[in-house]
Amino acid sequence: MSVGNEQITTFLQRFAAEVAEHRRLLTRLDSAIGDADHGENMHRGMQAALSRLEGDNPAALLKAVSMALISKVGGAAGPLYGTAFLRASKAVEGKDALEAADLVAALDAAFEGVKQRGKSDRGQKTMLDALGPALDAARKAVDGGADVSDALRRAAEAADRGKRETVPVQAQRGRASYLGERSIGHQDPGATSTAMLIACMTGDDELITAAAEDASDKPPEQGPGVEDT
Amino acid sequence: MKKLINDPTDVVTEALQGMELAHSDLLKVSYDPHVIVRADAPVQGKVAIVSGGGSGHEPMHGGFVGYGMLDAACPGAVFTSPTPDQVQAATEAVDGGAGVLHIVKNYTGDIANFEMAGELAEDASVRTVVINDDVAVEDSLYTAGRRGVGGTVLAEKICGAAAERGDDIDAVVALCERVNANVRSMGMALTSCTVPHAGEPTFELGDDEMEIGIGIHGEPGRERMKLEPADAIVARLLEPIIGDLPFSDGDRVLLFVNGMGGTPLLELYVAYRAAHALLADRGITVERQLVGNWITALEMAGASLTVLKLDDEMIELWDAPVHTPALRKGR
Repeated sequence: MSVGNEQITTFLQRFAAEVAEHRRLLTRLDSAIGDADHGENMHRGMQAALSRLEGDNPAALLKAVSMALISKVGGAAGPLYGTAFLRASKAVEGKDALEAADLVAALDAAFEGVKQRGKSDRGQKTMLDALGPALDAARKAVDGGADVSDALRRAAEAADRGKRETVPVQAQRGRASYLGERSIGHQDPGATSTAMLIACMTGDDELITAAAEDASDKPPEQGPGVEDT
Repeated sequence: MKKLINDPTDVVTEALQGMELAHSDLLKVSYDPHVIVRADAPVQGKVAIVSGGGSGHEPMHGGFVGYGMLDAACPGAVFTSPTPDQVQAATEAVDGGAGVLHIVKNYTGDIANFEMAGELAEDASVRTVVINDDVAVEDSLYTAGRRGVGGTVLAEKICGAAAERGDDIDAVVALCERVNANVRSMGMALTSCTVPHAGEPTFELGDDEMEIGIGIHGEPGRERMKLEPADAIVARLLEPIIGDLPFSDGDRVLLFVNGMGGTPLLELYVAYRAAHALLADRGITVERQLVGNWITALEMAGASLTVLKLDDEMIELWDAPVHTPALRKGR
Protein backbone atom coordinates (compact mmCIF):
# COMPACT_ATOMS: atom_id res chain seq x y z
CA MET A 1 0.00 0.00 0.00
CA SER A 2 1.42 3.35 -0.95
CA VAL A 3 0.42 6.77 0.21
CA GLY A 4 -0.69 9.54 -2.13
CA ASN A 5 -2.44 12.87 -1.91
CA GLU A 6 -5.77 11.28 -1.13
CA GLN A 7 -4.53 9.47 1.96
CA ILE A 8 -2.59 12.50 3.15
CA THR A 9 -5.65 14.71 2.74
CA THR A 10 -7.76 12.28 4.74
CA PHE A 11 -5.19 12.18 7.52
CA LEU A 12 -4.91 15.96 7.69
CA GLN A 13 -8.66 16.41 7.79
CA ARG A 14 -8.83 13.92 10.64
CA PHE A 15 -6.06 15.70 12.51
CA ALA A 16 -7.80 19.06 12.08
CA ALA A 17 -11.01 17.54 13.44
CA GLU A 18 -9.24 15.98 16.41
CA VAL A 19 -7.47 19.23 17.22
CA ALA A 20 -10.77 21.09 17.03
CA GLU A 21 -12.39 18.58 19.34
CA HIS A 22 -9.54 18.45 21.83
CA ARG A 23 -8.35 22.02 21.73
CA ARG A 24 -9.45 22.69 25.29
CA LEU A 25 -7.39 19.74 26.47
CA LEU A 26 -4.35 21.04 24.64
CA THR A 27 -4.88 24.48 26.09
CA ARG A 28 -5.34 23.09 29.61
CA LEU A 29 -2.09 21.18 29.33
CA ASP A 30 -0.44 24.33 28.03
CA SER A 31 -1.83 26.45 30.84
CA ALA A 32 -0.03 24.35 33.41
CA ILE A 33 3.40 24.51 31.84
CA GLY A 34 3.21 27.00 29.01
CA ASP A 35 1.37 30.09 27.95
CA ALA A 36 -2.05 28.51 27.58
CA ASP A 37 -2.54 28.89 23.85
CA HIS A 38 -1.49 25.59 22.25
CA GLY A 39 -5.03 24.38 21.59
CA GLU A 40 -6.26 27.61 20.03
CA ASN A 41 -3.08 28.10 18.05
CA MET A 42 -3.11 24.59 16.58
CA HIS A 43 -6.82 24.83 15.83
CA ARG A 44 -6.38 28.10 14.00
CA GLY A 45 -3.42 26.69 12.08
CA MET A 46 -5.13 23.47 11.07
CA GLN A 47 -8.29 25.28 9.97
CA ALA A 48 -6.12 27.46 7.75
CA ALA A 49 -4.34 24.35 6.46
CA LEU A 50 -7.65 22.69 5.54
CA SER A 51 -8.47 25.48 3.17
CA ARG A 52 -5.11 25.13 1.41
CA LEU A 53 -4.95 21.39 0.83
CA GLU A 54 -3.78 21.48 -2.74
CA GLY A 55 -0.76 20.28 -4.59
CA ASP A 56 0.34 18.09 -7.45
CA ASN A 57 1.96 15.54 -5.19
CA PRO A 58 2.53 14.74 -1.51
CA ALA A 59 5.48 17.12 -1.26
CA ALA A 60 3.40 20.04 -2.49
CA LEU A 61 0.57 19.15 -0.14
CA LEU A 62 2.88 18.92 2.87
CA LYS A 63 4.49 22.21 1.95
CA ALA A 64 1.08 23.92 1.72
CA VAL A 65 0.28 22.67 5.22
CA SER A 66 3.63 23.88 6.45
CA MET A 67 3.03 27.40 5.12
CA ALA A 68 -0.43 27.55 6.70
CA LEU A 69 0.90 26.47 10.08
CA ILE A 70 3.85 28.84 9.92
CA SER A 71 1.68 31.82 9.15
CA LYS A 72 -1.25 31.08 11.42
CA VAL A 73 -0.07 29.26 14.52
CA GLY A 74 2.51 31.67 15.88
CA GLY A 75 4.48 31.29 19.11
CA ALA A 76 6.84 28.35 19.24
CA ALA A 77 4.49 25.66 17.87
CA GLY A 78 4.07 27.44 14.53
CA PRO A 79 7.73 27.30 13.52
CA LEU A 80 8.16 23.83 15.01
CA TYR A 81 5.24 22.17 13.25
CA GLY A 82 5.83 24.32 10.20
CA THR A 83 9.43 23.12 10.00
CA ALA A 84 8.36 19.52 10.57
CA PHE A 85 6.00 19.61 7.59
CA LEU A 86 8.41 21.61 5.46
CA ARG A 87 11.30 19.18 5.97
CA ALA A 88 8.99 16.20 5.46
CA SER A 89 7.90 17.79 2.22
CA LYS A 90 11.49 18.16 1.02
CA ALA A 91 12.23 14.54 1.92
CA VAL A 92 9.56 13.27 -0.46
CA GLU A 93 10.12 15.73 -3.29
CA GLY A 94 9.03 14.57 -6.74
CA LYS A 95 7.18 11.42 -5.69
CA ASP A 96 3.54 10.78 -6.47
CA ALA A 97 3.18 7.84 -4.13
CA LEU A 98 5.08 7.24 -0.91
CA GLU A 99 6.32 3.84 0.20
CA ALA A 100 7.35 2.70 3.66
CA ALA A 101 10.91 3.93 3.26
CA ASP A 102 9.60 7.38 2.28
CA LEU A 103 7.56 7.50 5.46
CA VAL A 104 10.70 6.92 7.50
CA ALA A 105 12.60 9.54 5.52
CA ALA A 106 9.83 12.06 6.09
CA LEU A 107 9.64 11.39 9.83
CA ASP A 108 13.41 11.56 10.10
CA ALA A 109 13.57 14.87 8.27
CA ALA A 110 10.74 16.25 10.41
CA PHE A 111 12.45 15.14 13.60
CA GLU A 112 15.79 16.70 12.67
CA GLY A 113 14.04 19.88 11.58
CA VAL A 114 12.21 20.29 14.87
CA LYS A 115 15.40 19.57 16.82
CA GLN A 116 17.26 22.30 14.97
CA ARG A 117 14.45 24.83 14.98
CA GLY A 118 13.66 24.36 18.65
CA LYS A 119 17.29 23.92 19.72
CA SER A 120 16.03 21.02 21.74
CA ASP A 121 16.35 17.25 21.96
CA ARG A 122 14.65 14.18 23.40
CA GLY A 123 14.17 14.07 27.14
CA GLN A 124 13.41 17.79 27.48
CA LYS A 125 9.65 17.38 27.69
CA THR A 126 8.70 18.52 24.18
CA MET A 127 7.03 17.23 21.03
CA LEU A 128 10.32 15.45 20.25
CA ASP A 129 9.50 13.00 23.02
CA ALA A 130 6.62 11.74 20.88
CA LEU A 131 8.16 12.29 17.45
CA GLY A 132 11.47 10.59 18.29
CA PRO A 133 9.93 7.30 19.43
CA ALA A 134 7.56 7.41 16.45
CA LEU A 135 10.51 7.70 14.11
CA ASP A 136 12.42 4.89 15.85
CA ALA A 137 9.43 2.56 15.73
CA ALA A 138 8.69 3.30 12.08
CA ARG A 139 12.30 2.74 11.10
CA LYS A 140 12.52 -0.52 13.00
CA ALA A 141 9.27 -1.75 11.51
CA VAL A 142 10.27 -0.88 7.96
CA ASP A 143 13.71 -2.44 8.40
CA GLY A 144 11.87 -5.56 9.45
CA GLY A 145 9.83 -5.56 6.25
CA ALA A 146 6.63 -3.92 7.50
CA ASP A 147 4.40 -2.04 5.09
CA VAL A 148 3.29 1.58 5.52
CA SER A 149 0.15 0.71 7.41
CA ASP A 150 1.96 -1.47 9.92
CA ALA A 151 4.81 0.97 10.33
CA LEU A 152 2.34 3.76 11.07
CA ARG A 153 0.62 1.70 13.76
CA ARG A 154 3.95 1.03 15.47
CA ALA A 155 4.84 4.71 15.18
CA ALA A 156 1.53 5.81 16.70
CA GLU A 157 1.85 3.40 19.62
CA ALA A 158 5.39 4.60 20.29
CA ALA A 159 4.37 8.26 20.05
CA ASP A 160 1.62 7.70 22.57
CA ARG A 161 4.00 5.98 24.98
CA GLY A 162 6.48 8.82 24.51
CA LYS A 163 3.77 11.33 25.25
CA ARG A 164 2.87 9.59 28.52
CA GLU A 165 6.50 9.41 29.49
CA THR A 166 6.76 13.20 29.45
CA VAL A 167 4.58 13.34 32.57
CA PRO A 168 7.28 12.90 35.22
CA VAL A 169 9.89 14.87 33.37
CA GLN A 170 10.91 18.31 34.54
CA ALA A 171 10.95 20.80 31.68
CA GLN A 172 14.60 21.45 30.87
CA ARG A 173 14.04 25.08 30.33
CA GLY A 174 12.47 25.44 33.71
CA ARG A 175 15.21 23.59 35.51
CA ALA A 176 16.40 26.41 37.67
CA SER A 177 13.13 28.16 38.08
CA TYR A 178 10.11 27.93 40.31
CA LEU A 179 7.87 26.89 37.45
CA GLY A 180 10.31 24.23 36.29
CA GLU A 181 9.57 22.01 39.26
CA ARG A 182 5.88 22.60 38.79
CA SER A 183 6.14 21.08 35.32
CA ILE A 184 6.61 17.64 36.83
CA GLY A 185 3.41 15.61 36.76
CA HIS A 186 1.99 17.36 33.71
CA GLN A 187 1.84 15.83 30.26
CA ASP A 188 3.53 17.97 27.64
CA PRO A 189 1.04 19.67 25.28
CA GLY A 190 3.36 19.50 22.25
CA ALA A 191 3.96 15.79 22.77
CA THR A 192 0.20 15.36 23.02
CA SER A 193 -0.60 17.09 19.75
CA THR A 194 2.22 15.14 18.06
CA ALA A 195 0.91 11.84 19.37
CA MET A 196 -2.49 12.81 17.98
CA LEU A 197 -0.90 13.72 14.64
CA ILE A 198 0.82 10.34 14.27
CA ALA A 199 -2.30 8.48 15.38
CA CYS A 200 -4.37 10.30 12.77
CA MET A 201 -2.01 8.97 10.11
CA THR A 202 -3.25 5.47 10.93
CA GLY A 203 -6.92 6.38 10.74
CA ASP A 204 -7.48 3.98 13.63
CA ASP A 205 -10.13 5.32 16.02
CA GLU A 206 -8.77 3.50 19.06
CA LEU A 207 -5.26 4.77 18.54
CA ILE A 208 -6.59 8.26 17.95
CA THR A 209 -8.63 8.20 21.14
CA ALA A 210 -5.64 6.99 23.14
CA ALA A 211 -3.46 9.71 21.71
CA ALA A 212 -5.83 12.40 22.94
CA GLU A 213 -5.80 11.11 26.51
CA ASP A 214 -4.26 13.09 29.32
CA ALA A 215 -2.12 10.90 31.56
CA SER A 216 -0.99 13.74 33.82
CA ASP A 217 -0.59 13.01 37.53
CA LYS A 218 -1.80 16.44 38.48
CA PRO A 219 -4.73 18.50 37.24
CA PRO A 220 -3.65 21.49 35.19
CA GLU A 221 -3.31 24.53 37.38
CA GLN A 222 -5.77 27.29 36.89
CA GLY A 223 -4.44 29.53 34.17
CA PRO A 224 -5.61 31.82 31.41
CA GLY A 225 -7.63 30.23 28.68
CA VAL A 226 -8.76 27.32 30.81
CA GLU A 227 -12.51 27.04 30.53
CA ASP A 228 -14.68 24.81 32.64
CA THR A 229 -16.24 22.20 30.40
CA MET B 1 -10.42 42.52 34.88
CA LYS B 2 -11.71 45.67 33.22
CA LYS B 3 -10.18 46.63 29.92
CA LEU B 4 -10.69 49.41 27.44
CA ILE B 5 -11.33 47.12 24.46
CA ASN B 6 -14.10 45.93 22.18
CA ASP B 7 -14.06 42.28 21.13
CA PRO B 8 -10.91 40.72 22.62
CA THR B 9 -10.04 39.03 19.33
CA ASP B 10 -9.91 42.40 17.56
CA VAL B 11 -7.61 44.18 20.00
CA VAL B 12 -4.40 44.10 17.99
CA THR B 13 -6.01 45.04 14.68
CA GLU B 14 -7.98 47.89 16.24
CA ALA B 15 -4.94 49.18 18.11
CA LEU B 16 -2.95 49.18 14.88
CA GLN B 17 -5.72 51.09 13.14
CA GLY B 18 -5.63 53.62 15.96
CA MET B 19 -1.87 53.96 15.75
CA GLU B 20 -2.00 54.45 12.03
CA LEU B 21 -4.55 57.23 12.37
CA ALA B 22 -2.73 58.89 15.26
CA HIS B 23 0.67 58.80 13.57
CA SER B 24 -0.11 58.91 9.87
CA ASP B 25 2.83 61.25 9.31
CA LEU B 26 5.24 58.65 10.66
CA LEU B 27 3.81 55.20 9.95
CA LYS B 28 2.11 53.01 7.39
CA VAL B 29 0.37 49.91 8.68
CA SER B 30 -0.58 46.85 6.69
CA TYR B 31 -3.04 44.26 7.94
CA ASP B 32 -2.47 41.11 5.93
CA PRO B 33 -0.14 40.35 7.56
CA HIS B 34 0.26 42.89 10.37
CA VAL B 35 3.31 45.07 9.80
CA ILE B 36 4.14 48.64 10.89
CA VAL B 37 6.50 50.43 8.51
CA ARG B 38 7.99 53.93 8.55
CA ALA B 39 6.10 56.22 6.20
CA ASP B 40 9.06 56.93 3.92
CA ALA B 41 10.19 53.29 3.58
CA PRO B 42 12.19 52.00 1.87
CA VAL B 43 14.96 54.49 2.54
CA GLN B 44 17.37 53.83 -0.29
CA GLY B 45 20.97 53.18 0.59
CA LYS B 46 20.34 52.96 4.34
CA VAL B 47 20.61 49.84 6.48
CA ALA B 48 17.06 48.96 7.47
CA ILE B 49 16.26 47.76 10.97
CA VAL B 50 13.37 45.42 11.68
CA SER B 51 12.19 44.14 15.00
CA GLY B 52 9.06 42.59 16.37
CA GLY B 53 7.46 40.60 19.08
CA GLY B 54 4.17 40.06 20.78
CA SER B 55 1.76 42.93 21.12
CA GLY B 56 1.14 44.07 24.66
CA HIS B 57 4.56 45.63 25.25
CA GLU B 58 3.80 49.01 23.71
CA PRO B 59 5.40 51.26 22.81
CA MET B 60 7.82 48.47 21.94
CA HIS B 61 8.19 47.91 19.01
CA GLY B 62 5.61 49.76 16.85
CA GLY B 63 6.06 52.98 18.79
CA PHE B 64 9.73 52.99 17.81
CA VAL B 65 9.16 53.00 14.05
CA GLY B 66 10.34 56.15 12.32
CA TYR B 67 13.35 58.31 11.60
CA GLY B 68 16.41 57.30 13.56
CA MET B 69 15.10 54.08 15.05
CA LEU B 70 13.17 51.15 13.50
CA ASP B 71 12.20 50.89 9.85
CA ALA B 72 9.56 48.27 10.62
CA ALA B 73 7.98 46.40 13.50
CA CYS B 74 6.09 43.08 13.38
CA PRO B 75 3.33 42.92 16.01
CA GLY B 76 2.27 39.41 16.93
CA ALA B 77 -0.87 38.47 18.82
CA VAL B 78 -0.71 39.63 22.44
CA PHE B 79 2.37 38.09 24.07
CA THR B 80 2.81 35.83 21.02
CA SER B 81 5.73 35.89 18.60
CA PRO B 82 5.03 37.30 15.15
CA THR B 83 4.96 34.85 12.27
CA PRO B 84 7.58 34.50 9.53
CA ASP B 85 5.29 35.98 6.90
CA GLN B 86 5.06 39.18 8.96
CA VAL B 87 8.83 39.33 9.25
CA GLN B 88 9.26 38.62 5.57
CA ALA B 89 6.75 41.29 4.56
CA ALA B 90 8.42 43.82 6.86
CA THR B 91 11.86 43.00 5.52
CA GLU B 92 10.78 43.37 1.92
CA ALA B 93 8.99 46.63 2.62
CA VAL B 94 12.01 48.36 4.13
CA ASP B 95 14.91 46.91 2.20
CA GLY B 96 16.77 49.90 0.78
CA GLY B 97 19.52 47.85 -0.79
CA ALA B 98 22.06 48.28 2.00
CA GLY B 99 21.06 45.23 4.02
CA VAL B 100 18.53 44.57 6.76
CA LEU B 101 19.21 44.00 10.45
CA HIS B 102 16.78 41.95 12.49
CA ILE B 103 16.95 42.77 16.19
CA VAL B 104 15.45 39.77 17.95
CA LYS B 105 14.75 39.35 21.64
CA ASN B 106 15.85 36.03 23.02
CA TYR B 107 12.57 34.15 23.34
CA THR B 108 12.13 30.71 21.76
CA GLY B 109 9.18 31.77 19.66
CA ASP B 110 10.75 35.04 18.47
CA ILE B 111 14.01 33.33 17.54
CA ALA B 112 12.27 30.48 15.70
CA ASN B 113 9.91 32.73 13.73
CA PHE B 114 12.62 35.20 12.73
CA GLU B 115 14.89 32.32 11.71
CA MET B 116 12.18 30.83 9.55
CA ALA B 117 11.64 34.18 7.90
CA GLY B 118 15.34 34.34 7.13
CA GLU B 119 15.21 30.91 5.52
CA LEU B 120 12.14 31.69 3.46
CA ALA B 121 13.39 35.08 2.25
CA GLU B 122 15.25 35.23 -1.00
CA ASP B 123 16.41 38.74 -1.79
CA ALA B 124 17.36 40.76 1.26
CA SER B 125 20.74 40.30 2.84
CA VAL B 126 19.51 39.86 6.37
CA ARG B 127 21.65 39.85 9.47
CA THR B 128 20.40 39.07 12.93
CA VAL B 129 21.45 40.14 16.40
CA VAL B 130 19.85 38.53 19.43
CA ILE B 131 19.36 40.65 22.54
CA ASN B 132 19.73 38.79 25.83
CA ASP B 133 20.32 41.35 28.55
CA ASP B 134 18.21 39.93 31.40
CA VAL B 135 20.35 38.72 34.32
CA ALA B 136 17.42 37.28 36.28
CA VAL B 137 17.43 33.70 35.05
CA GLU B 138 19.43 31.49 32.74
CA ASP B 139 17.11 29.16 30.80
CA SER B 140 13.57 30.07 31.69
CA LEU B 141 10.21 28.73 30.63
CA TYR B 142 10.34 30.46 27.25
CA THR B 143 14.00 30.73 26.45
CA ALA B 144 17.30 28.99 26.12
CA GLY B 145 19.71 31.35 27.86
CA ARG B 146 18.83 34.85 28.95
CA ARG B 147 15.77 36.81 27.91
CA GLY B 148 15.87 39.99 25.88
CA VAL B 149 14.25 42.86 27.72
CA GLY B 150 14.98 46.58 28.30
CA GLY B 151 18.30 46.51 26.50
CA THR B 152 16.32 46.03 23.29
CA VAL B 153 14.98 49.59 23.46
CA LEU B 154 18.46 51.02 23.81
CA ALA B 155 19.84 48.85 21.00
CA GLU B 156 17.05 49.97 18.69
CA LYS B 157 17.71 53.67 19.35
CA ILE B 158 21.49 53.48 19.11
CA CYS B 159 21.55 51.23 16.04
CA GLY B 160 18.75 53.18 14.42
CA ALA B 161 20.89 56.31 14.70
CA ALA B 162 23.91 54.54 13.24
CA ALA B 163 21.87 53.34 10.28
CA GLU B 164 20.41 56.82 9.79
CA ARG B 165 23.87 58.41 9.59
CA GLY B 166 24.85 55.93 6.89
CA ASP B 167 26.87 53.21 8.65
CA ASP B 168 27.10 50.02 6.64
CA ILE B 169 25.52 46.73 7.69
CA ASP B 170 28.72 45.30 9.21
CA ALA B 171 29.15 48.39 11.36
CA VAL B 172 25.53 48.40 12.52
CA VAL B 173 25.69 44.70 13.38
CA ALA B 174 28.91 45.16 15.32
CA LEU B 175 27.41 48.09 17.17
CA CYS B 176 24.30 46.11 18.06
CA GLU B 177 26.43 43.30 19.40
CA ARG B 178 28.50 45.81 21.39
CA VAL B 179 25.37 47.32 22.94
CA ASN B 180 24.08 43.86 23.80
CA ALA B 181 27.40 42.91 25.35
CA ASN B 182 27.39 46.02 27.55
CA VAL B 183 23.82 46.16 28.78
CA ARG B 184 22.18 44.32 31.69
CA SER B 185 18.64 44.34 33.05
CA MET B 186 16.36 42.91 35.68
CA GLY B 187 12.70 43.45 36.47
CA MET B 188 10.12 42.84 39.16
CA ALA B 189 6.35 42.71 39.40
CA LEU B 190 3.89 43.92 41.99
CA THR B 191 0.93 42.48 40.11
CA SER B 192 0.31 40.18 37.20
CA CYS B 193 -1.39 41.22 33.96
CA THR B 194 -4.41 39.96 32.05
CA VAL B 195 -4.20 39.03 28.39
CA PRO B 196 -7.38 40.29 26.64
CA HIS B 197 -8.73 36.96 25.40
CA ALA B 198 -7.82 35.09 28.59
CA GLY B 199 -9.91 37.09 31.03
CA GLU B 200 -7.70 36.10 33.95
CA PRO B 201 -4.27 37.17 35.20
CA THR B 202 -1.36 35.13 33.90
CA PHE B 203 -0.29 34.31 37.46
CA GLU B 204 -1.34 34.92 41.02
CA LEU B 205 0.54 37.28 43.31
CA GLY B 206 -0.63 37.97 46.87
CA ASP B 207 -1.41 41.46 48.10
CA ASP B 208 1.81 41.58 50.08
CA GLU B 209 3.99 39.79 47.57
CA MET B 210 6.26 40.71 44.71
CA GLU B 211 8.06 38.60 42.11
CA ILE B 212 11.70 39.42 41.46
CA GLY B 213 13.25 38.71 38.10
CA ILE B 214 10.10 38.55 35.94
CA GLY B 215 10.20 38.66 32.17
CA ILE B 216 8.03 40.88 30.01
CA HIS B 217 5.15 38.40 29.82
CA GLY B 218 5.07 37.98 33.57
CA GLU B 219 6.95 34.72 33.40
CA PRO B 220 8.48 33.63 36.67
CA GLY B 221 11.86 34.86 37.74
CA ARG B 222 14.20 34.32 40.62
CA GLU B 223 11.84 34.38 43.53
CA ARG B 224 8.59 35.43 45.05
CA MET B 225 8.83 37.30 48.31
CA LYS B 226 7.19 39.76 50.62
CA LEU B 227 6.96 43.33 49.39
CA GLU B 228 9.77 45.65 50.47
CA PRO B 229 10.31 49.41 50.24
CA ALA B 230 11.40 50.77 46.88
CA ASP B 231 15.03 51.34 47.91
CA ALA B 232 15.39 47.69 48.90
CA ILE B 233 13.72 46.49 45.72
CA VAL B 234 16.03 48.61 43.60
CA ALA B 235 19.04 47.14 45.38
CA ARG B 236 17.75 43.62 44.70
CA LEU B 237 17.58 44.44 40.98
CA LEU B 238 20.70 46.54 40.68
CA GLU B 239 23.19 44.39 42.61
CA PRO B 240 22.94 41.44 40.19
CA ILE B 241 23.07 43.84 37.25
CA ILE B 242 26.21 45.55 38.52
CA GLY B 243 27.86 42.30 39.45
CA ASP B 244 27.11 40.59 36.16
CA LEU B 245 28.87 42.71 33.53
CA PRO B 246 30.46 43.80 35.86
CA PHE B 247 30.02 47.55 36.04
CA SER B 248 32.82 49.23 37.96
CA ASP B 249 34.13 52.43 39.43
CA GLY B 250 34.68 54.99 36.69
CA ASP B 251 32.16 53.53 34.24
CA ARG B 252 29.79 55.90 32.45
CA VAL B 253 26.32 54.49 32.04
CA LEU B 254 22.82 55.05 30.75
CA LEU B 255 20.33 54.32 33.51
CA PHE B 256 16.95 53.19 32.24
CA VAL B 257 14.11 52.83 34.76
CA ASN B 258 11.21 51.22 32.97
CA GLY B 259 7.60 50.86 34.08
CA MET B 260 5.85 47.60 33.26
CA GLY B 261 2.72 49.57 32.37
CA GLY B 262 0.76 49.72 35.61
CA THR B 263 3.17 51.62 37.85
CA PRO B 264 2.84 55.41 38.08
CA LEU B 265 5.63 57.70 36.99
CA LEU B 266 5.66 59.00 40.55
CA GLU B 267 6.92 55.60 41.69
CA LEU B 268 9.33 55.18 38.81
CA TYR B 269 11.08 58.37 39.90
CA VAL B 270 11.29 57.09 43.48
CA ALA B 271 13.02 54.05 42.06
CA TYR B 272 15.24 56.20 39.86
CA ARG B 273 16.48 58.12 42.91
CA ALA B 274 17.50 54.89 44.60
CA ALA B 275 19.17 53.50 41.50
CA HIS B 276 21.11 56.68 40.86
CA ALA B 277 22.36 56.77 44.46
CA LEU B 278 23.43 53.15 44.43
CA LEU B 279 25.39 53.63 41.23
CA ALA B 280 27.00 56.81 42.56
CA ASP B 281 28.10 54.88 45.64
CA ARG B 282 30.03 52.58 43.34
CA GLY B 283 31.65 55.41 41.46
CA ILE B 284 29.49 54.78 38.41
CA THR B 285 28.46 57.93 36.58
CA VAL B 286 25.02 58.20 35.03
CA GLU B 287 25.61 60.10 31.80
CA ARG B 288 22.24 59.50 30.14
CA GLN B 289 18.81 58.52 31.39
CA LEU B 290 15.49 57.06 30.29
CA VAL B 291 12.47 56.86 32.61
CA GLY B 292 8.96 55.78 31.74
CA ASN B 293 6.90 53.01 30.19
CA TRP B 294 8.94 51.82 27.24
CA ILE B 295 8.75 48.01 27.32
CA THR B 296 5.61 47.02 29.16
CA ALA B 297 3.48 44.01 29.96
CA LEU B 298 -0.03 45.38 29.51
CA GLU B 299 -1.16 46.73 32.88
CA MET B 300 1.35 44.86 35.04
CA ALA B 301 2.54 46.91 38.00
CA GLY B 302 6.25 46.72 38.40
CA ALA B 303 9.48 48.06 37.01
CA SER B 304 12.67 46.97 35.38
CA LEU B 305 16.13 48.49 35.51
CA THR B 306 18.52 48.51 32.60
CA VAL B 307 22.09 49.76 32.77
CA LEU B 308 24.17 50.28 29.63
CA LYS B 309 27.90 50.92 29.79
CA LEU B 310 28.47 53.84 27.47
CA ASP B 311 31.29 54.89 25.22
CA ASP B 312 31.60 58.14 23.26
CA GLU B 313 30.07 56.68 20.13
CA MET B 314 27.06 55.27 21.95
CA ILE B 315 26.49 58.64 23.62
CA GLU B 316 26.56 60.40 20.27
CA LEU B 317 24.11 57.92 18.79
CA TRP B 318 21.82 58.05 21.81
CA ASP B 319 21.69 61.85 21.46
CA ALA B 320 21.11 61.76 17.69
CA PRO B 321 17.77 62.96 16.33
CA VAL B 322 14.87 60.53 16.34
CA HIS B 323 11.22 60.88 15.41
CA THR B 324 8.89 58.00 16.25
CA PRO B 325 5.51 57.90 17.97
CA ALA B 326 7.12 57.15 21.32
CA LEU B 327 10.50 58.88 21.20
CA ARG B 328 11.24 62.21 19.62
CA LYS B 329 14.16 64.57 19.94
CA GLY B 330 16.16 66.82 17.68
CA ARG B 331 13.48 66.90 14.96
